[in-house]
Amino acid sequence: MKLRIESDVRPVVTSALALSGAVGVFALAFGVLAVGAGASVWQTCALSFFAFTGASQMSAMSIISTGGTVSAALGSGLLLAARNGVYGLALSPYFGESLGKRLLAAHFVIDETTAMMTAQTNPRLQKIAFWTTAIALFSLWNLGTLIGAVLGGSIDPHTYGLDVGFTAAYITMLVPHLRTKNGRAAAAGGGLLSVVLAPFLPVGLPILASGLAIFIGVKPQRVQVPV
Amino acid sequence: MSWTLVIWLSAGAYAFKMLGFVVVGSRTLPDVLSRCLMLIPAALLGAMVLNGTFTDAQSVVIDERAVGLLVAVVAAWRKLPLIVVVVLAAATTALLRMA
Repeated sequence: MKLRIESDVRPVVTSALALSGAVGVFALAFGVLAVGAGASVWQTCALSFFAFTGASQMSAMSIISTGGTVSAALGSGLLLAARNGVYGLALSPYFGESLGKRLLAAHFVIDETTAMMTAQTNPRLQKIAFWTTAIALFSLWNLGTLIGAVLGGSIDPHTYGLDVGFTAAYITMLVPHLRTKNGRAAAAGGGLLSVVLAPFLPVGLPILASGLAIFIGVKPQRVQVPV
Repeated sequence: MSWTLVIWLSAGAYAFKMLGFVVVGSRTLPDVLSRCLMLIPAALLGAMVLNGTFTDAQSVVIDERAVGLLVAVVAAWRKLPLIVVVVLAAATTALLRMA
C-alpha cells in the first residue's frame, strides 16, 4: 500500500524527522555521559522519559559528575526547565479547550516542538508539526538515551575526555542563544560569574548563581524564541 | 546516584511545562518577566561551559580541558554535526591527558 501524504504536509514531516534524528544523536551523548557521571541505566532512561528536557538533564548530570550536591543539580536542572513554561504560554492559544489533551501535550512542550509549531502559519499544519515532532523526537530521544547508557557503562569518563564532551554539547546548545545581544551578554555574564565565584561557593552553586545574569533582560530588547 | 534527583527533576520539569500551558492558559506574562526567563539557557549554558572548563572543585585552573573547549568552539562554529563536535573535543582532551 502506498502511503499518501498531502504535498503541503511533506516538508513539515521531513523536517520533523531530520530534527528528531539529530536530537537522537544528542541523546546518545547524554546516555554515555550520564552513566559516566554515576547514574544507572534505568535512572538515565527514566530521566529522558519523564523529565524529557535535554539541557536540564545534561546540566543536572554534569553537576553530579563534578561532585556537586543533589540540590545544586536539581536547582540548575529546574532553572533550565523554567523556559518550557514560557513556551507553554506561547503555544497555549494553538490548542483546544480539552484539559486531557492539554495535560498530554504539555509533556512535549520543549525547544524543538515550539520552534516547529510556531514556524507554521495555518492551524492544521501547526498541529501536524507539533505532534509529528513530539512523537518522532520523544521516540528517538529515548532510544538514543538507552543505547548511549548501555554503551557508556564500559567507558571511563576521565580517560576518554567525556567531561569535555559535556562542554562541547553545551556549546552547540548555546549557539542559537547567541543570536541576540541580550543572549550574548547573558552567556558571557553567566560564564564569568560561574568561574569568579567558584573559589567562594560549594561546587554546583556557582552554576545556579550564574542565573543572576538573566537580569540583563530587564533592559528592553526584542528577544526571539530560539530555533 | 540517588533516585531523588530523577524524581524531583521529572516532576519539576512537567510542572513548568504545565504551568504555562494549562494553568496560565491564554493569559500573558509581563514582557520583562518573559524576556528574563528566556535568557536562562544562555546564562546557565555559558556558566556550564566556562565553569566546566576552568574550575576544578573550588580552584580556578587552566589544563587540557581548555584545549578541548577551543576545539569544540571551532568545530561548532564550522557548523559540524553535534556528534562530531563532541567526539573531536573529547578525543583532543583524552590524547592530551595521555601525553
